[in-house]
Amino acid sequence: MSASGERRPPADDPAAALTRAFRDERAAVLATLIRHVGDFQLAEDAVQDAFADAAKSWPRDGVPASPGAWLTTAARRRSIDRLRRDRSLVDRSERLAELMRLDTQEHDSVNHESSITDDRLRLIFTCCHPSLDLPAREALTLRALGGLTTGEIARAFLVAEPTMGKRIVRAKRKIADAHIPYRVPPDEELPDRLRGVLRVVYLIFNEGYSASEGDRLVRGELCAEAIRLGRLLAELMPDDAEVWGLLSLMLLHDTRRDARVDDEGHFVPLDDQDRSRWDPDRLAEGLRALERSVRLRRPGEYGLQAAITALHIKAADPGETDWEQIAELYGALAKLNPSPVVELNRVAAVGFASGPEAGLELIQPLLNDPTLDRYQPLHATHAELLARAGDRAAAERAYERAIALSANEVERSELERRLRTLRGG
Amino acid sequence: MPNYMLLFYAPEAADEAEQAERDAELPVWFELIDSLREAGLLVANGRLHATDSATTVRSRNGETELTDGPFAVTKEFLGGYFLLECRDLDEALKVAERVPLTRYGSVEVRPVMSPNEEPGGESTAQG
Repeated sequence: MSASGERRPPADDPAAALTRAFRDERAAVLATLIRHVGDFQLAEDAVQDAFADAAKSWPRDGVPASPGAWLTTAARRRSIDRLRRDRSLVDRSERLAELMRLDTQEHDSVNHESSITDDRLRLIFTCCHPSLDLPAREALTLRALGGLTTGEIARAFLVAEPTMGKRIVRAKRKIADAHIPYRVPPDEELPDRLRGVLRVVYLIFNEGYSASEGDRLVRGELCAEAIRLGRLLAELMPDDAEVWGLLSLMLLHDTRRDARVDDEGHFVPLDDQDRSRWDPDRLAEGLRALERSVRLRRPGEYGLQAAITALHIKAADPGETDWEQIAELYGALAKLNPSPVVELNRVAAVGFASGPEAGLELIQPLLNDPTLDRYQPLHATHAELLARAGDRAAAERAYERAIALSANEVERSELERRLRTLRGG
Repeated sequence: MPNYMLLFYAPEAADEAEQAERDAELPVWFELIDSLREAGLLVANGRLHATDSATTVRSRNGETELTDGPFAVTKEFLGGYFLLECRDLDEALKVAERVPLTRYGSVEVRPVMSPNEEPGGESTAQG
């Protein structure tokens, strides 16, 4: 199976080349093959076969000059084999004829850059189709585009491997049985559907980032995969501000991933983090992505959050944080997506920018809202503002309320520490 | 082209006013049905009598048993259906969104198996 002619010198380590091809080429090979064979499962099996072939052939014959093209050809031939064996497939003969036609074309140059791009986009939109439930979308996206194994995905989401396996198989079946289309949505649906895709990617990131339990290494992989997906989307849809906004937001969070946890595994708040443990490459890439997003002049939810995160990070020390601008950004965010969480953040920022009294004035409507009565952060922020305004008795009461509502140990002990400081001072 | 069954589930109207409100939407239904027929999407459609007119048939150990009433008593019952021929799920979902009943009930969209398809078709080609 020497699809693409010349071989690299044997010096290129076949095992490393295979790992690299799996990481960099698998999604594109799979995406194109799904379009050709029209079946997710069959294409996935054939791509699996192709990698197994490569594992045998590359160490013997050398690494091909274009591993992606080699794998595409190998996977197509394997899918022809599978189609010949499996007589139950609908449209089997048409599919076979099409594949054979493709196979007789001399080079894989038929896969122009643009059609590969389109195929990967099709695959993303299919995996994130709103008719699949959210956990299935996350799992399928990681499996098809991230190249994670079912076992890895199961460990990352803290579910048993057979459970995750069933979830993925069920999703693939639904794609086939319900004829979920394999295409990029038309323009009128694109904004909505793209938001759905970005949400899946951000959920995957958060799954890894906010992990308080489980295997931290595997969880870190989720962050890395989400960022890779974010980069892929930015490459495929470079004119969308939110695509860059999300990529930036993830990178800027990830900048601080190591510094957020101390040697004993305790959470370290931003202000106390050892900045030398921040990842400078992530930071630089995150700021570049933010710049791209801002230049497109259509600020969205992710772009605004990324801008806020960047302002926190860029302050040389916590005292120099540009709270005024942060308050403004939260104001813009609240207009796009009004929520008590965003409003409370705005209140806190105003409290730092213009003084605690201004914050106390803005927090009043939130305190009057009965649905927020049991919202712990509201009372914690209220307490903070009262303490800074010098109303000690009221601050103590608000802290006690927040402590009573705390669900987690880390949070509670931090609030108790602040209350002790207040009483002691 | 794949076929889809749109199944309309809704609770009984709470009172006459609500029933009147639903009946007032009949022209919307007719318009929808006409436009689907014109677009060549509609294979069949029907509205079902209330579940108290149902008879349920079961055969167990060679004995046929008839029950007066629906096979399951539920709050939302099947009240009608469209059988559509669509390009893909997205087209069927778009039709479902236009059904007036979505505001007070639910529309279940189910792909219909084609004659040569296997149940649970793990290996079914997409059109």
